[in-house]
Amino acid sequence: MFTESRNMTKGQTAKSQTAKSQADEGMAAAGATLAREVVVLNSQGLHARPADAVAREARKWQSRIELVADSQRADGKSILELLTLAAESGTRLVVEATGPDAREALEAIGGLFARNFDEHMTERDS
Amino acid sequence: MKFSDFVANDAIRSHVQADSKEGVIREMVQALVDAGKIASGDQESIVKAIMKREDLGSTGIGRGVAVPHTKHPSVSRLVGTVAVSPVGIDFESLDGDPVQLFFLLVSPPDRPGDHLRALENISRQLRDESFCKLLKAAKGPVEIQHLLEEADSQGVVS
Repeated sequence: MFTESRNMTKGQTAKSQTAKSQADEGMAAAGATLAREVVVLNSQGLHARPADAVAREARKWQSRIELVADSQRADGKSILELLTLAAESGTRLVVEATGPDAREALEAIGGLFARNFDEHMTERDS
Repeated sequence: MKFSDFVANDAIRSHVQADSKEGVIREMVQALVDAGKIASGDQESIVKAIMKREDLGSTGIGRGVAVPHTKHPSVSRLVGTVAVSPVGIDFESLDGDPVQLFFLLVSPPDRPGDHLRALENISRQLRDESFCKLLKAAKGPVEIQHLLEEADSQGVVS
């Protein structure tokens, strides 16, 4: 599952990169890691269907995508990994993207969280 | 959350007979009825609810694993069971592969956290390839039960 190599420059934390990311287009292209924070708005948390939605979106992009909750890290392209975060409603997660389309990928995944995974149905779901 | 917190040992099935999605769900719900975990009067409504959830998107999450589930007001705590189909069943899973290993969950409507933690446990344990393989190859329900207990205590050593 973890076959892609990580290109994150040593010593650069996700946080410091977030600050830099706006200004530095070139770094993303060179394979640096961009990051942004998202919040799980869904009252049911990041359960199977939202995890599927995130993984589907993540797979559209070339960049390596990871979701980080506290000390835990999950491959954004794997539903199994995303489910291991057990992210309940209100959880803050950091999405990290590394690769040529990192910026666009972050935008897309951030949007998915903001739109509550496009779930328009009510609490009936499971 | 551990497997032992939600898996009804008496409802574990190592060789499901069914060869369809609805068939295997029906068989697993029947197993929960037989184990006294859900009332037979609720069986049909639970099967329908699980199928309705499947219509929203298959719970076949890849690696030959599916997690069919629903919320249902008839249960007061999370109940679940495990089944294996030695041949594999077409579950319209996300990676298109047939599913051999099933974790079925029925949770009370007001406990989304428990459901999440059960999913967390299942997905974390199943990242271990050898654990998946051993479950799929289990000779009987007791062997599955032992594998789950081993995973609960430390993770499976292969």
